[in-house]
Amino acid sequence: MFFTMISLNINQKLYEVDADPEMPLLWVIRDLVGLTGTKYGCGVAQCGACVVHLNGEAVRSCITKVSRASGQKITTIEGLSKDNDHPLQLAWNEENVPQCGYCHSGQIMSAAVLLRENPTPTDEDINNAMAGNICRCGTYPRIRKAIHLAAEMQKKKGAEK
Amino acid sequence: MEEISRRHFIRTASTAGFALWLGVSAKGNPLKSLDIASANFSPYILIESNGLITIYNTKPEMGQGTLQSFPALIAEELEVSMDQIIIKQSNGEKALGNGQRAGGSSSIRSNYLPMRKVGAAAREVLIMAASQRWTVNIADCYAENGRVIHRPSKKSLSYGELIEEASKLELPKEPKLKDPKDFKILGKVSRRQDIPLKTCGKAEFGIDAKVENMLYAVVERSPVFGGTLKSFDATEVLKIPGIKKVDLVERIVGIYKYTGIAIIGNSYWTVSQARKKLKVEWDNNGHDTFNTVDYENHLRKLASEPGVTDKNIGNVDSVKILPKNTFEAFYETPIIAHHPLEPMNCTAHIVGDKLEIWTSTQVASSITGSAAGDLHKQVGFSPDNIKLQNKFIGGGFGRRLYIDYIVEAVNVAKLVDVPVKVIWSREETTQQGPFRPMTFSKLTAGFTEDGKLSTFQHKVISPSYFESIQPDFDKKKVDSIMVEGIAEQAYEIPNLRTTYVRANLHIPVAAWRSVTSSTLAFAHEGFIDELAYQAKKDPMDFRLELLSKQSDSKKVLLKLKEVSNWDKKLPKGKGRGVAIWEFFAGLAGQVVEVTHNKDKTITIDKVIAVIDLGEVVNPDNVNNQVEGAIIMALGAATKPGITFKNGKTVEHNFYDNPLVRINETPKMEVHILTDGGKVKGVGEPGLPPFAPALANAIFAATGKRFRKMPFDLKTL
Repeated sequence: MFFTMISLNINQKLYEVDADPEMPLLWVIRDLVGLTGTKYGCGVAQCGACVVHLNGEAVRSCITKVSRASGQKITTIEGLSKDNDHPLQLAWNEENVPQCGYCHSGQIMSAAVLLRENPTPTDEDINNAMAGNICRCGTYPRIRKAIHLAAEMQKKKGAEK
Repeated sequence: MEEISRRHFIRTASTAGFALWLGVSAKGNPLKSLDIASANFSPYILIESNGLITIYNTKPEMGQGTLQSFPALIAEELEVSMDQIIIKQSNGEKALGNGQRAGGSSSIRSNYLPMRKVGAAAREVLIMAASQRWTVNIADCYAENGRVIHRPSKKSLSYGELIEEASKLELPKEPKLKDPKDFKILGKVSRRQDIPLKTCGKAEFGIDAKVENMLYAVVERSPVFGGTLKSFDATEVLKIPGIKKVDLVERIVGIYKYTGIAIIGNSYWTVSQARKKLKVEWDNNGHDTFNTVDYENHLRKLASEPGVTDKNIGNVDSVKILPKNTFEAFYETPIIAHHPLEPMNCTAHIVGDKLEIWTSTQVASSITGSAAGDLHKQVGFSPDNIKLQNKFIGGGFGRRLYIDYIVEAVNVAKLVDVPVKVIWSREETTQQGPFRPMTFSKLTAGFTEDGKLSTFQHKVISPSYFESIQPDFDKKKVDSIMVEGIAEQAYEIPNLRTTYVRANLHIPVAAWRSVTSSTLAFAHEGFIDELAYQAKKDPMDFRLELLSKQSDSKKVLLKLKEVSNWDKKLPKGKGRGVAIWEFFAGLAGQVVEVTHNKDKTITIDKVIAVIDLGEVVNPDNVNNQVEGAIIMALGAATKPGITFKNGKTVEHNFYDNPLVRINETPKMEVHILTDGGKVKGVGEPGLPPFAPALANAIFAATGKRFRKMPFDLKTL
């Protein structure tokens, strides 16, 4: 294990961290940068609690080496919107989706990529895109409902523009 | 002033004026701060003279919604809207009593009336104080939006302005509760204030605790249950930059004490990498011969033992049943893990004789309390010197009723003079227990010659929950948890006997959401279905015939029959199954509809649930809870459990111990019964009926009867 200075662009802010290049991005974000919205669930890309965006793509930060993220654009749940007002966040609140809430940073970050790529997803599209995110409380029916609602909100917003 | 201050008021640092605390006694009566020193007093409302109203939620929030539902009960009667008050999560403060725990679906079922009474009593003294100040008829005054209003003159005073006078008044013993038709909050869909925090990453869970100068630690534990440390060599570990210390720590789980090796360093990544260099030898003490396959065979053999009688109704031995009318079945369930998505973790800091803890626990008052089983005894601190910050809980499900991970973290903190955060990996959270125990069930029943179900015997064969947590547990007695609810089902069977056969097990076992009903309902309600088949009766009619008297169970079944269109015939290849379950936590029933596909797989088309609550606080949240319980039950019924080979847990993580995912989620429909009666719980009752209803539906569709969990839905 050796340490080196790595510069990271997280939520449009620059950070210099002294880290082992092998260190997973998850632990850099949580323990070194101090953004704890991104969660540790399994460590092996099985549960999706740690999903962040790397240049706009959903990645599992628990298996992404920090060296790979250096100089790239990283977005965490804290940077998804300014005021908790991304259509998905609004829909999540409208539908009272979370129970314990632990998985939902990852759920929303996965759903955000789905909605960008597919503005009107069907139930099946949602199942396919969201099957990598575990919710132990079982809020899946509401996740599905909220994604549909967010899709509608996004459509309306687009029409207003 | 001295006298008043002692007797009626608590001065708060934040205000120069008075503050009124109101709470509830252990008997459920509202009390003022008069009795604040008493352990039986739990204050819930703080009204300060500056107008601030704070309502405490003493039930740790783990997704069940108490941050909304608990204050809602008070706010409704106090006549304040939820956005006029500050809702605070309690942290095991001594002044807030020893009931700061969440488990057993008890938050609402135990507090529905007591909390309303607290709010109503406060409202009444505030109104009285206003009427006295104005010297007007009290009947002309009413409370609304945190103010008392004089109806004829329309003048009004805020609660804060009335606090001093109100605190001097006697509290009414039986305050008048609001008519439910006037409810503004209860029974309505309302927002949970924790939700916005949970959608933007701001909700802090135990694992998110940030404490200045904090170090991180992992603990290496014996992979074989019952293994003890022979030797370890940390030379290579200590050479790694950032590693501060390696030393022994103890973890206590019920009657079990385990020694582990803590590796402390400057980041979780550092310590989890460094542990790979640790050389350690364990003495397995013979436990490395333990295998699930052998243990299950052992349980099957134990089924022939008579066991200890739990309940005896009528006399099963005195009735003559012909062998052709006697039926028997044997049901089996696996050990499973809780799998909260937030892995076990705890941060602890020791300064002299003071201990501070940041974690997520279902039992806040066990961390700071002075009872025998509380933390102080296990770690050697005075309860007065223990401070807790209980964060949001990233899933409890019973796992966080146990404080083993907190005990261990405190012992880690003893090794250094700075705060230290201990994080368990997912693998450790999966493998180290405590686990839900399995239950095996031997069922026997007999019909009389005229076709009446006359005898019913349910023998439970399982390891013991109480043996796992109580050092002085009498092994000759029934473990009441392990036979939970089976004698209490409403079916009118004249001769019923329930018995228990205890099996030794050296692995810690624990309550899991819906406790033993999560397995026993499957055996019990599965067998009832088998009996319906033997009696050539429709499973719904068979059950209803056993429920001639009026009961909540009957009510639930009738509702299920209606909302599931039970009498409407299904096309060939489809099947419907029903099950109900009443137990300490509450009562629910379900109908499951399945399709038997041409490729021999089973698809779950629909789950229709009816939950009887008596009264409801937030129907939207109930809906969410019941759906979640069904999904959890689906996992338990169809996914592999935890197994042991050579003394070690075989499964590691979600790839070999999977949970239900969104693409496996069935259609669900939840109906809530709220027509009065006993107030029942929400969090657990949705779980027990699912597995039997599914097994019964599969039987209806395929003729194949599942008597062993997990069910394989792919090769039928």
